Amino acid sequence: MEYVSPEGLRLDGRRPMEMRQIRGEIGAVAKADGSAVFEMGNTKVIAAVYGPREVQNRSQQMNDQALVRCEYSMANFSTGDRMRKPKGDRRSTEISLVIRQTMEACILTHLLPRSQIDIFVQVLQADGGTRSACINAATLALADAGIPMRDLVTSCSAGYLNSTALLDLNYVEDSAGGPDVTVGFLPKLDKVTLLQMDAKLPLDIFENVMQLATEGCKAVANYIREILLENTKQLESRRGL
Amino acid sequence: MEQRLANTWRLTVNEKKFIETALQSELRIDGRRPFDYRKVAIKFGKDDGSAEVRLGHTHVMAFVTAQLVQPYRDRPNEGSLAIFTEFSPMADPSFEPGRPGESAVELGRVIDRGLRESRAVDTESLCVLSGKLVWAIRVDLHIIDNGGNLVDTANIAALAALLTFRRPECSLGGEDGQEVIVHPPEVREPLPLIIHHLPIAVTFAFFGNENSMVIDPTHHEEAVMGGRMTATLNANGDVCAIQKAGGEGVLQSIIMHCLRFASVKAGDITENIKKAVDSYNIERALKKVKRKSSSVPMDVDGAGSNLKERQDSFVHQKGMSAERLKPIHEESITDQNEDIEGETKLLETRKTDRGNEVEKNFVGVLSCWDPYSKGVDTDFLKASLASRGTSTVSKQSNSRGEKMSSEARLEESSEAAKVEITELAQVSRQTNGEKTLKDAQLAISINFYSQHGTKNALSVCHLAESGISPPPFKHI
Repeated sequence: MEYVSPEGLRLDGRRPMEMRQIRGEIGAVAKADGSAVFEMGNTKVIAAVYGPREVQNRSQQMNDQALVRCEYSMANFSTGDRMRKPKGDRRSTEISLVIRQTMEACILTHLLPRSQIDIFVQVLQADGGTRSACINAATLALADAGIPMRDLVTSCSAGYLNSTALLDLNYVEDSAGGPDVTVGFLPKLDKVTLLQMDAKLPLDIFENVMQLATEGCKAVANYIREILLENTKQLESRRGL
Repeated sequence: MEQRLANTWRLTVNEKKFIETALQSELRIDGRRPFDYRKVAIKFGKDDGSAEVRLGHTHVMAFVTAQLVQPYRDRPNEGSLAIFTEFSPMADPSFEPGRPGESAVELGRVIDRGLRESRAVDTESLCVLSGKLVWAIRVDLHIIDNGGNLVDTANIAALAALLTFRRPECSLGGEDGQEVIVHPPEVREPLPLIIHHLPIAVTFAFFGNENSMVIDPTHHEEAVMGGRMTATLNANGDVCAIQKAGGEGVLQSIIMHCLRFASVKAGDITENIKKAVDSYNIERALKKVKRKSSSVPMDVDGAGSNLKERQDSFVHQKGMSAERLKPIHEESITDQNEDIEGETKLLETRKTDRGNEVEKNFVGVLSCWDPYSKGVDTDFLKASLASRGTSTVSKQSNSRGEKMSSEARLEESSEAAKVEITELAQVSRQTNGEKTLKDAQLAISINFYSQHGTKNALSVCHLAESGISPPPFKHI
């Protein structure tokens, strides 16, 4: 199957280095301390953050830093066929672990000892790149909750099909069986915090693909910063400043 | 979400500081340098498809089993490969019995990605009946001891087990050709899996302050580290999978540096695994030949306690155990594998048309005479025969000799001839591994000779020299 046409257009009409349209919104869940909805093309994800609050399980309390928990689940209706078991399967467990460790690296946990921060991420529409959308949504939600962080964590995926490096794969391109590189990036510190890859790629091509994904992350970071600035201005005006 | 039982074992602040400070001067607490890998020790179990790997203190066992199942609807022509991990509570106090925790799931998925998504195991060859029956391969990994770096160890164990696993051969039969007959191993030789390449996992640990990193972290280093990255590469320079699940941020240049280093390490470990698997395959081939050897007891002149032992071992076909054969040690016999197996197959076919047929077919001289071997020195051979117990043969020739013995119809002839062949065998042995095919052909030719009855002593000597006494045999 041809994923990149001879004119250089992908299946959904994008160019190889073009990202899907992204949209972020803060404050979707009123009850949560912080929440956000993040869309990347057709992938839509909602994240809610509760914390810092008292540790519910005393045995897990850490005296010098905050406990970060994360739960990733996909809604039954998020994929084409109704999903049988949205939580608790191995993929969800692994992604929960990955998101938790990614956010934990950038939250200043030592400023909030003996407390707990819960991040809940739910996929509402899955069209490839759910992991990246979840991390971006979690970043927005954490910022909305006012939790101190070292830097924004942004994430984007890239792949390699028909000898072309493609940015931000959708579901069809993802399930083509080609390599899929997901990068989680700290833009100000210029460091890679999350890096996952599957399928085979020669080493030099991998470097290009990772570089492309990193550029995507920087673009997402700019957008997220704009959203947060907009949000802060709104809060200011509401407070009458 | 995982219970944080890892908190129950925590390093003291002093220990943490010690490890970090030592790393600043490029020292690790177990004496390694930052980019030194621990020694890998691979052992195989009695059954095909079971392997046991030790990496320092870390100990993982892998078992491969196969089952005929219905394929997935969207992939009717492919078999499946599934990895299951079991973190035994004896390995680490933080492992709980029951459902696998987060790290167990992550380990399983990393290895699964490395093997399945990179198409290391060929799943299309596992199809028996398209859309109806395929082989489902299941790899069970048991963590026995957690000394750090479970991913790498488990990966090596899974690969070693997959390389030595044999699935039963099955054929289609019945009236409409739709019935699948699974042949037991005694009837038809089980087949190995087709493995295209070996994805090797190499883990790096990153430490916060000084941008320092180490390869192959131990348990203590894992407790101190800020982040880890597992890169799965094969010996061809392809990256099969990368897992850096959050943690400490690192620069892209450092990641590429790690990957380049990992590809070198992957090459080393691949060599290691191949060596171990090859020596296992040779031993297996011998056992198999013994198992299928004729039940005709053979008398042979020439004394020695070894002889008697050999007699017994041949009389009791079923009760044969590998202990009677000299253990094959793990030396590299890299290209012997195919040769030995081919040899074995040849031997087996010879076995079937035993007797008169063979004698009829056999004509002329040895079909392949090794042109590189020196002439034999009678005295030397006599002396070496005399000192059978202290034979200096390498184990390869042992294995060859043993194989020969299992099929040989031996008739005793002149001592000189005996001696001659011994010397020849010794010489051929000394050209270790280079002319294996020739040697194999030579050995088969020797066998033919013995069956024909002319230079039968050849085989006897070959065996005798290798320290394994030829079995007693009857004249045909």
